[in-house]
Amino acid sequence: MSDLRDLSVVGAGDGLARGDFSAVELAEAHGAAIEGARDANAFITPTPELALERARASDERRRRGEARGPLDGIPIAVKDLFCTEGVLTTAASRILYNFVPPYESTVTQRLRDAGAVMLGKTNLDEFAMGSSNVTSHFGAVKNPWGPCDGKDLVPGGSSGGSAAAVAARLCLGATGTDTGGSIRQPASFCGIVGMKPTYGRCSRWGIVAFASSLDQAGPMARSVLDAAILLEAMAGHDERDSTSAPMAVDRFADAAANGDIRGLKVGIPAEYRLDGITGEIDALWEKGIDVLRGRGAEVIDVSLPHSRYALATYYIIAPAEASSNLARYDGVRFGLRVEAPSLDEMYERTRGEGFGAEVRRRILIGAYVLSAGYYDAYYLKAQKVRALIAEDFRKAFEDVDVLLTPTAPSDAFAIGEKMDDPITMYLNDVFTVPTSLAGLPALSLPAGLSGRGLPLGLQLIGRPFDEVTVLRAAAALEADVGFTPLPVRAYATPGG
Amino acid sequence: MPLDRDTVKTIAFLARVRVPDDQLQPLAGELSAILGWIEQLAEVDTSAVEPMTSVAAMLAPQRADVVTDGRQRDAVLANAPHALDDYFAVPKVVE
Repeated sequence: MSDLRDLSVVGAGDGLARGDFSAVELAEAHGAAIEGARDANAFITPTPELALERARASDERRRRGEARGPLDGIPIAVKDLFCTEGVLTTAASRILYNFVPPYESTVTQRLRDAGAVMLGKTNLDEFAMGSSNVTSHFGAVKNPWGPCDGKDLVPGGSSGGSAAAVAARLCLGATGTDTGGSIRQPASFCGIVGMKPTYGRCSRWGIVAFASSLDQAGPMARSVLDAAILLEAMAGHDERDSTSAPMAVDRFADAAANGDIRGLKVGIPAEYRLDGITGEIDALWEKGIDVLRGRGAEVIDVSLPHSRYALATYYIIAPAEASSNLARYDGVRFGLRVEAPSLDEMYERTRGEGFGAEVRRRILIGAYVLSAGYYDAYYLKAQKVRALIAEDFRKAFEDVDVLLTPTAPSDAFAIGEKMDDPITMYLNDVFTVPTSLAGLPALSLPAGLSGRGLPLGLQLIGRPFDEVTVLRAAAALEADVGFTPLPVRAYATPGG
Repeated sequence: MPLDRDTVKTIAFLARVRVPDDQLQPLAGELSAILGWIEQLAEVDTSAVEPMTSVAAMLAPQRADVVTDGRQRDAVLANAPHALDDYFAVPKVVE
């Protein structure tokens, strides 16, 4: 029954409502596919028994006429950065190799309450620090669009396991988190839709913290509408996160079902036309502009003059916040402990052996830029440039309703590439980081293929808390771009 | 400004991250390259700019000063690498 795995969230919901199949059948089909796709390494911890238990409960609710809405019985995957009650939560780090949270994150609790069925916890870059999923303690994830030229490809990162799982049809949707592009760049690399909502839309409570002023949860799915349905369940005020916005959740699914963009003003930021950007990325961008114009949008050139400083700003602020957040991993209260005769040595050895190379690098950079004598020169300077970057967006949005840009500067690269120099890896996020620094909502959707036959995404960026306009424009783009190609590795359901 | 081996050793100790001696020099090179790249921010004139303190345009929320949680001893200790008599246990710190 591989066709169950090709359904959209909406299609599966309709099928459940009609009684064409049960939530248990959906969970079994996906569970078997996950087992058959071990080689992809998209999941750190599959939870097939828990999935069946929740699927049975969903079917039971439906029998009683108490189905909860569009996500009841829908099988989803959860990035292993969300704390899940009684289920191993590792952040893909050795230092949390045995951590079983006694509580559930707000976002995953909301999905549970909506009836969604968790299939397992997906792989990621360690502590969400990376753009390739290669820094995971549990190994790299294979992009289902590969191999290409004989090499396995990265799914992007940090939400690489979630992106690969959605693309390979191992789940109907997934949660991701995005700090500098960690939902959008893997969505682009894997040919799926990924959305980072406005900072404050989704509660950060129970999400393993990386950089608290940037971290946001968001949905990953195979259509704009599916992503909107997931976001509607995930979002909402939570007093346990002091930066959670006390705002009502908009009707995201209605916006994604609309697609009427007549008169919409779409901005094209001049500074995103980078030197060295490939012709095919430029051509894709032009195609997106033509589609939106053809649907009645007005296309306007805008300027975001401080964009070029966004990456350097990010690589001060994110490591600084990370060094502070990751101070909690000390071998005392949870996670790995490496025994040593003194407390200091125990801390040092636990953290030295528990964190991988990229995480150690970022902790040290963060500790340095926050240290006495350097705080003003680095951290304070970065917070000032960040204010200028946010101000650029604010001014642009006086003239336009939404911005259109590429998502990433390239298609997916081979596992092991771009590892020699950290800065080369950081450049993956050149188009996504500015939005994160400004806290704005942004969505990536697949818009075409590269010359090598790999997916490429376009990014739509909106005003704060105007996800509705982003989703409306994305629906319009999706309808006319008509992205239908499938990944090379379509993992078959055994016996299906 | 390039970081030397000893500075890296000091930072690593401050962050309580053990770095083996033979990795200090290569790490100094990597961190120096990153810091060198970050130096580009110096060319931005920020003399009249207030630093961003919050990306969300909202005030810190307030709540009544009352206990909202507690009596979770078992849950709190459940993941402890070493618990003893309802406490987290660590190597001896006082002689």
